[in-house]
Amino acid sequence: MKGFVLAIVFVAVLFLGNAFLTGGLVPGFSVSPYFLQVVSLAGINIILAVSLNLINGFTGQFSIGHAGFMAIGAYVSAYVTAAFGDRIRGAVGMLPPAFQNSVLLLIALGIAAACAAVAGFLVGVPSLRLRGDYLAIVTLGFGEIIRVFILNIDAVGGARGFSGIPRLANFAWIYLFAGATILVVSRIVRSSFGRTLVAIREDEIAAEAMGVNTTRAKVISFVVSSAMAGVAGGLFAHYLMYVHTNSFTFIKSFEIIIMIVIGGLGSITGSVLGAVLYIVLTEGLRQFAQYRMVLFSLLLIVIMIVRPQGILGHRELRSFFARRRRVEPVPPPVAG
Amino acid sequence: MTTFLQQLVNGLSLGSIYALIALGYTMVYGVLRLINFAHGDVYMLGAYVGYFLSRRLRGAEPSLPRALVVMLGAMLACALVGIIIERFAYRPVRRAARLTLLITAIGVSLFIENAAQLVFGPDPKFFPSLAPRADFHVGGVRLTSEQLTVIAVSFLLMVLLRFFILKTRTGKAMRAVSFNLDAAKLMGISTDKIIAITFALGSALAAAAGVLIGMQIPKIDPLMGILYGLKAFVAAVLGGIGNVPGAVIGGLLIGTSEVMVVGYLSSTFRDAIAFGILILVLLLRPQGILGRAQKEKV
Repeated sequence: MKGFVLAIVFVAVLFLGNAFLTGGLVPGFSVSPYFLQVVSLAGINIILAVSLNLINGFTGQFSIGHAGFMAIGAYVSAYVTAAFGDRIRGAVGMLPPAFQNSVLLLIALGIAAACAAVAGFLVGVPSLRLRGDYLAIVTLGFGEIIRVFILNIDAVGGARGFSGIPRLANFAWIYLFAGATILVVSRIVRSSFGRTLVAIREDEIAAEAMGVNTTRAKVISFVVSSAMAGVAGGLFAHYLMYVHTNSFTFIKSFEIIIMIVIGGLGSITGSVLGAVLYIVLTEGLRQFAQYRMVLFSLLLIVIMIVRPQGILGHRELRSFFARRRRVEPVPPPVAG
Repeated sequence: MTTFLQQLVNGLSLGSIYALIALGYTMVYGVLRLINFAHGDVYMLGAYVGYFLSRRLRGAEPSLPRALVVMLGAMLACALVGIIIERFAYRPVRRAARLTLLITAIGVSLFIENAAQLVFGPDPKFFPSLAPRADFHVGGVRLTSEQLTVIAVSFLLMVLLRFFILKTRTGKAMRAVSFNLDAAKLMGISTDKIIAITFALGSALAAAAGVLIGMQIPKIDPLMGILYGLKAFVAAVLGGIGNVPGAVIGGLLIGTSEVMVVGYLSSTFRDAIAFGILILVLLLRPQGILGRAQKEKV
């Protein structure tokens, strides 16, 4: 019940915040569209980073194909709204137009998530048998293959890109899903299934010896992570109103990895911090114009040399307040 | 049949380029277990050094000595770049987690690409012709002198490399380091020096590939290393990463199949084929074609 009330408050705050930022609440006050766009894209980055952290940080399976699943989500959802948008709106015609759009967005994102999950399953089942660098390079390969195939589908624009997507997503929707992603991932990580994932990360053979079905756990974590990337892609498409496969190259996957590594692998707070920091750094360095990416890459190398575990390491926001709390009792080791 | 043979020749000459780059990946992976993402960019730098050298040495007409000077100059310059990258970016994080090393490599790669765009300008440059050119016709198959040069030079370099690894003391030390870095250190091998030499060698080979590609496809740009680097890495994995002959076989296979796909299917799938092959191989034989079957690793 308490959670339900909190969720309602969260949603209300988001939509009021959206109205406030765009100038709909207080007349005469609004932030610049540029600022709003940066903040919204940061939200999409949070979804991507937190979801990738589930597979890279907590399960310890190094995947660099996240952009591929994002691409699937973006294109599938865009196709749904473009091809079936009017029919879906018609089916819920009794609702006011704003709600029709919400329903349409939710349906599009749901289908996007489902398709990305299916793709994640198809990619995950064969490739998660591999480990380390091999897995990394196979996921990179799958990501690129997904991109090249989308590039060759004419129904979604091919090399021209997919334009004319209605702007259904906004600041509030993006942060609603960012919040949901953080909630779901932190719940998963703290569940017994989450401990299974961490066990696989720490020592796969030992986990298997303890009776963990490692393949199943890895695939589930991969599928969940892919579905979330699909949602992020759908929001991305319906926020920018135009998608092109060039946005989903392996460079994008690298960006997401950089976010989670800067923040600290295996820390959800770290992923959020990394996602925000990434966009703050890349946008903040804009004043240096052409030196921007040179400075950014140098900064990245320096961060890796000075603080290889990322800013937060494994720590969460919670752990900074931990001393004031009751220490969780550790179950005694089972004898024998 | 003539078309097929023609495609085969084209494929082999492209494949030799991939093979040369793949050697650098496989050697570095052998000693450091690192996917050196910056390697493709060293290849790009090689092409640019070659470009500037040949413009500086503008003679009356393309001549062989000049081509040789350009090639060796580029190789030397890039060997130096390789040593610098290793010393200042990778050595400080060598003992850190694998992922840290990988992100550092991505950082170095981004740095080289963006610095190159800044210094050389983002637009493509046209590589001057280095050697006198001629076409040969063998049974309807056209062999350009560039293609023959590419195949011959890369073959020569590969043979030299193999000799170096198998017959010299340094080569032996490299094999020892790739077999077990800590044990090699205990045996008195200066591992830092060997790793630096490995980077220098790999980078020199990449530079040679850069000059060769400049001769064949005379258009170079600061981002040309990304895709070539990635495909060469795929070639290294395909042949069995850490395995020197494997990298050559992988490179030739990737190059040939890419040219075949472009010739017989569609050019839009050109970049997907390498990954398609890679995925099939990794799923069926994860250690690559030569993989562990051959113990010799660098």
